[in-house]
Amino acid sequence: MSKIKTFHVGGIHPDKFKISSEAAISDAPLPQTAVIPVRQHIGAPAKILVKKGDFVKVGSLIADADGIISADVHSSVSGEVIKVEDGETSGGYFEKMITIRVEGDEWEESIDRNPEINREITLSSEEIINIIRQSGVVGMGGAGFPTPVKVDVPEGKKVDCLIINGIECEPYLTADDRLMQECAEQIVIGAKILNKALGIQKAIIAVDENKQKAIENLRKITRSYVGVNVEVCDTKYPQGAEKQLIAAVTGREVPPGCLPIDVNCVVQNAGTAFAVYEAVQKKKPLFERIVTVSGDGIENPMNLRVRIGTPASDLIKLCRPKSDIGKIIFGGPMMGTAVINADAPITKTTSGVLLMEEKSVFVPEEGACIRCATCVNVCPQGLEPYAIAEFTRNGEYQEAKKIHVLDCIECGCCSYSCPARISLLDYCKLAKYEIRKKK
Amino acid sequence: MWYFLRGDDENMTSLMFYNMAILAAIAVVSAVILYFTAKKFKTESNVLAQEIAEILPQANCGACGSAGCQDFANRCAKATSEDFKGLYCPVGGKNVMTKVAAKLGFDVQSHEPMVAVLHCNGTCDNAPDKVEYTGLKSCRLANRVFVGKTGCPNGCLRMGDCVANCPFGALEIDKKTGLPKVDEKKCTACGNCVKICPRGLFEIRPVGKDGIRVYVACKNTQKGALARKNCKAACIGCMKCAKICGDVKIENNLSDIPACVDALQYGEMLAQGCPTGAIVYTGKINNE
Repeated sequence: MSKIKTFHVGGIHPDKFKISSEAAISDAPLPQTAVIPVRQHIGAPAKILVKKGDFVKVGSLIADADGIISADVHSSVSGEVIKVEDGETSGGYFEKMITIRVEGDEWEESIDRNPEINREITLSSEEIINIIRQSGVVGMGGAGFPTPVKVDVPEGKKVDCLIINGIECEPYLTADDRLMQECAEQIVIGAKILNKALGIQKAIIAVDENKQKAIENLRKITRSYVGVNVEVCDTKYPQGAEKQLIAAVTGREVPPGCLPIDVNCVVQNAGTAFAVYEAVQKKKPLFERIVTVSGDGIENPMNLRVRIGTPASDLIKLCRPKSDIGKIIFGGPMMGTAVINADAPITKTTSGVLLMEEKSVFVPEEGACIRCATCVNVCPQGLEPYAIAEFTRNGEYQEAKKIHVLDCIECGCCSYSCPARISLLDYCKLAKYEIRKKK
Repeated sequence: MWYFLRGDDENMTSLMFYNMAILAAIAVVSAVILYFTAKKFKTESNVLAQEIAEILPQANCGACGSAGCQDFANRCAKATSEDFKGLYCPVGGKNVMTKVAAKLGFDVQSHEPMVAVLHCNGTCDNAPDKVEYTGLKSCRLANRVFVGKTGCPNGCLRMGDCVANCPFGALEIDKKTGLPKVDEKKCTACGNCVKICPRGLFEIRPVGKDGIRVYVACKNTQKGALARKNCKAACIGCMKCAKICGDVKIENNLSDIPACVDALQYGEMLAQGCPTGAIVYTGKINNE
């Protein structure tokens, strides 16, 4: 056994609540109408290619990437386009969405639906990047950064290490865990494909040590793949954050204001590696993902393979919610966002739908800061959240910038552990918004 | 030196003399040093600017566009009569500007008195809360996270960033309506609320004759039915007001009554004609 690795600044150990880790991935039923937002990624919204009345198949391109930092959007269902207008997002705002009434389940002919694993990688680096771009693959961890941009290494930069992020440090979520248990080989092949695209030989799959089954599975498979190693990391939050993961696995520290590529690393989520495998080996664009439906307000927690655009309320009904729901969260309980519209569609970045009971979402009143420095201890970026909060309260955003508020990764460790229950993360976020706005 | 401390009268006198002499010597030396340093490091100070600065309100609010009152005074002192036309202290108003103009020998510019108005009528009754928000009480943060408790994507978030940011205490959250209320007596039209509001709901408008003005208290650009779902007082772009007065413009399902519309003539008609109550008229309405 190799030594368990971790990062050394801050971090917390919240309760895990991985109640859905034994639930095998099952297919969610097709929705009656799918609502597909054209902006499911960071960057410019995609340009809409279809109009009302068009018939689309599963996997048809319906919106084209607009610019470099953008991603293609494909239809996840077959049927008639009935609306191309503003739809309500999870936050209640209105954005351009394509609504498709589902008729049957007719796939594009080019997609290989044979369940057999295709192990041979024949394409060149450019071809792979092109296919990833055409398949609309984005980071599946939550941020939704377009994958081709990350894989296409800019000139003058060198990459020597690809890290596949199999760490799911958020409580409740088990989507990546199940994927690594059930589709380990596809993830490993996905890593090899990404390796080839980057032109390197080495890939590390990082998994936290509470996923023993996934680790065993991956270890068994990586024996026959040269260059792919499994690295076990400590179960600690936020171990799955990019910078913390690089620190744990390689010991390199990403300097303030820099990207992982500046320390010669590229980090991809396990779900993204799987999507890359499907895109390159099976010609299947990204139109479905694994979603964990869980939380203490759910009677039957599940891991579902969901078509993009399915309303979250469909999934919630499937998993039998309890009666007194206080909050619905997209993503994990630490970094996810509470939603006000349960009919909002599942997007490429929705890793979980959590329902929390009324009693567990109680927010106590904010107390006064007692200068205990707990927030400083737990901050994985080594910041001083209490000081940032103080500056933000007084509107001194430039002072907050001087103490590196822009390096905040918004993990929420400070708010979680503050004994006075000050919403420190909210202050950090506000300061970041204000500084970026002033530029 | 210890003989000073023996304590007889004669020595006491000499002790005092020595002390005074030493202090006087230090004073002379320091004066000389100070004289030369003051000459060496002399900074150009404009007496005129100092005098103008003394007239100004010293609120340092930035409403005039300068970085505080001293900066404004410097600009005034350097200004030609042409430049001076563009300089105005909205906080001090006509009173202060007359005094400044008198100092400079220019004519005073007549500026209409202005006041901040809120373009939202989404009170607790008109737009009831639909969801609970437990995060930080800050409009600017909440605006990024979600649409707001009322569900209106353009309406007031009712958390009072403007109140906290008003340097003159002219704003407060009305407990009944939940909306910020402008105290016309205290409001100096400095424009800080315009800058801070994440949804741009404030506008600096002329106070109007006898404080009577008329404006559309809504910024919602959604279609009528959608807008009314969240707020009873939403503008639905029904064009009724445009028929009453030709100057009213309607764009994106939203009516805009410009400040040039005569409130005394049209105000009452416009406010009574609006089917949703999105038009606010500050004068008295005769209900007969």
